[in-house]
Amino acid sequence: MIKSLKTREHKLSDPNYQLQLLNSHSKSLREQPKFRDKLGEAGLFPLEPTGIEIFQMNLGYMCNMTCKHCHVDAGPDRSEMMDRETFEHCIEALRHSQATTVDLTGGAPEMNPHFKWFVEEASRLGKNIIVRSNLTILTTAPKYRALVNFFADHQVEVTCSLPFYNRSRTDRQRGEGTYDKSIEALQKLNHVGYGKEETGLELNLVYNPAGAFLPGGQASMEQTFKEQLHRQHGIVFNNLYTITNLPISRFLDFLLQSGNLDEYMDRLISSFNPAAARGVMCRNTISVGWDGQLYDCDFNQMLEMPVEESAPGHISEWHEGRLNNRTIRINQHCFGCTAGAGSSCGGATT
Amino acid sequence: MSNSYYDPKDLKKFEDIGDFGPELAKKFFDYYSAVFEEGALSAREKALIALAVSHTVQCPYCIDAYTSESLEKGASEEQMMEAVHVASAIRGGSSLVHGVQMMNKTKDVSM
Ligand code: SF4
Ligand code: SF4
Repeated sequence: MIKSLKTREHKLSDPNYQLQLLNSHSKSLREQPKFRDKLGEAGLFPLEPTGIEIFQMNLGYMCNMTCKHCHVDAGPDRSEMMDRETFEHCIEALRHSQATTVDLTGGAPEMNPHFKWFVEEASRLGKNIIVRSNLTILTTAPKYRALVNFFADHQVEVTCSLPFYNRSRTDRQRGEGTYDKSIEALQKLNHVGYGKEETGLELNLVYNPAGAFLPGGQASMEQTFKEQLHRQHGIVFNNLYTITNLPISRFLDFLLQSGNLDEYMDRLISSFNPAAARGVMCRNTISVGWDGQLYDCDFNQMLEMPVEESAPGHISEWHEGRLNNRTIRINQHCFGCTAGAGSSCGGATT
Repeated sequence: MSNSYYDPKDLKKFEDIGDFGPELAKKFFDYYSAVFEEGALSAREKALIALAVSHTVQCPYCIDAYTSESLEKGASEEQMMEAVHVASAIRGGSSLVHGVQMMNKTKDVSM
């Protein structure tokens, strides 16, 4: 299995180096407009929150997979993991928060030893809980296989990654054998009622392009995935979310190695859509890192850009009013959220 | 000036043809974008047709553009290759079917 950039001590594991590349790696990148200027033209600079609706928690960077495009640089060799004390701070914050949704991500969030305990606690608070599952984890050890029923019992919304409706493109991005395991997991989820209208158990898929191109229209991609997965495997699901790959971490590594960086950035920047910019997810989301640090989004977390200094920086200092008054930190990677129909953890934003 | 007839960068300048004649260019581009909108055929089906036609007219710009477009619209590699085979079959078939004309003429002039 490939190792994370961090373990390889790769230059790209340094966030400052990544930002430097995006801003000035080539003549073409140096000449590109800056994200802040495009926001300015759209009347959105400085970028401000609209109120916290989604409380996203990154439970750790450990993952059973090492996908080529991973913006987290996750893998089995990453040991960063949210501890019990940080979870307790999150529960305390959630008790007072307006946020309606708790969004659990990683790595593979299921691998955190406090995962089940936390889901139980959070569901007692009456919040809608989303788990971002890579699917394959649900086909590994018995304790992970049992999670399918656990999710159903707690009415957890399962949002899972499936880069394509066929084996070759899925396995190229996420590793050999991923497609078959993902199909097995989806069938198990369907079996307990996920993705079926009358059960209220929501199953959503996340599609992201397996290469240096943008995702197509969300509605037509959803229709294609529904037809193909149903025809080939009898699988049903609720929504498909199309997500644009942001040019950071391992996807940035791919762009550099394949010589696609300039053209990809050009594509993102020339597709800047002011309506998508109005709907960027950092405006209604807060991202909590595995160590309790607060960020505007999971991407800023990976770029080690915490919320601006005037806002509380750690979950133990939670103050929603002050967080709502902050200014969101941006850089050239943000063009990934505003291209075409826009992109967020909930798919297109327009 | 470029030393080759086809430069990938020129694809981005397509819209500049309006510099030498804006009215017709505008009409063409309006028509062009209307053609590719979702209709009785999906945008993905249209991208695949365009990919096949690109191979028939052997336009390198169109091949690049409609390869990306087909990928973005969610076509699989298998579908894209099948589209190219459709183009190839029609091209090959349209040559071969003229063999009938050759045979007719041969019969006409032969004893
Ligand atoms: S993309 Fe998801 S499944 Fe793949 S390595 Fe990253 S966190 Fe794990
Ligand atoms: S990358 Fe983060 S901060 Fe930038 S626009 Fe996207 S969600 Fe907002």
